[in-house]
Amino acid sequence: MGCIENLQYEMILPLGASFKECREYVEKNFSEFWYVDPGYKIFDEYIIGLPPIALGIDGAKIIFPYTKPCHGTYLLAIEDADEAARIRKTARKKK
Amino acid sequence: MTSESGSNTRGNALIVLGCPEVPIQQALALHVSYSLMKQGFTTHITGNPAVLNLLRVSDPEKRYLPGMNVLEKCIEEIVEKKRDCNLCIVFAHSDAGITYAATMRHLLPASRLVVIIFGKDPEPLALLIDFPCEKIVEKAVHNPMQLRKKINEVFRWAA
Repeated sequence: MGCIENLQYEMILPLGASFKECREYVEKNFSEFWYVDPGYKIFDEYIIGLPPIALGIDGAKIIFPYTKPCHGTYLLAIEDADEAARIRKTARKKK
Repeated sequence: MTSESGSNTRGNALIVLGCPEVPIQQALALHVSYSLMKQGFTTHITGNPAVLNLLRVSDPEKRYLPGMNVLEKCIEEIVEKKRDCNLCIVFAHSDAGITYAATMRHLLPASRLVVIIFGKDPEPLALLIDFPCEKIVEKAVHNPMQLRKKINEVFRWAA
């Protein structure tokens, strides 16, 4: 997973979740969520996905989809107040 | 701008591969790269380390695969405008493959995008595609012949 693998993450949805399931989960389960497009940088990696990509924020925790070719997409949560603040400034509210 | 060796009279082609668990992918990746190079494209292949290692073993002199790098690096190069292509071919046999195709559609809006959907059950995967692209769909796991025929028809390559 590159550098994200080295971070302390919590798995919200397991391996094999579809990308759309991840987006719907974020929209339904987090009161604060933002949208970005593929190629948006998060934790120093360019994320991929079907646009728009939904990112949830819960306090300082960021919830985002991460796709690997062999496994599919899974939803991770990583706590990082600075990154959450950056997302609030650079992501958009509307799909 | 990153490029590989080749005559490049037709431009740059990027081939995006999925996980190597479906055997036909490797044979067809070599076939597609060879056919594109013959047509004058400069080809570049991207995928995960396992699929790239399989190809490296299959083509030790890099006759058909002049350029390869891992997906994360390739996406970084595209986002940072260090790599571009006028043709992108994505092999997809899973939801992840469709996700990569959607990403390429977004990052390469001006490129021709062809998504080759295969595996045990490709039809539901094909239905997930709601972005502009050409689709080649065939149930194929071990036998590449029928899918090769369809690919050849789309690109107008002789069998």
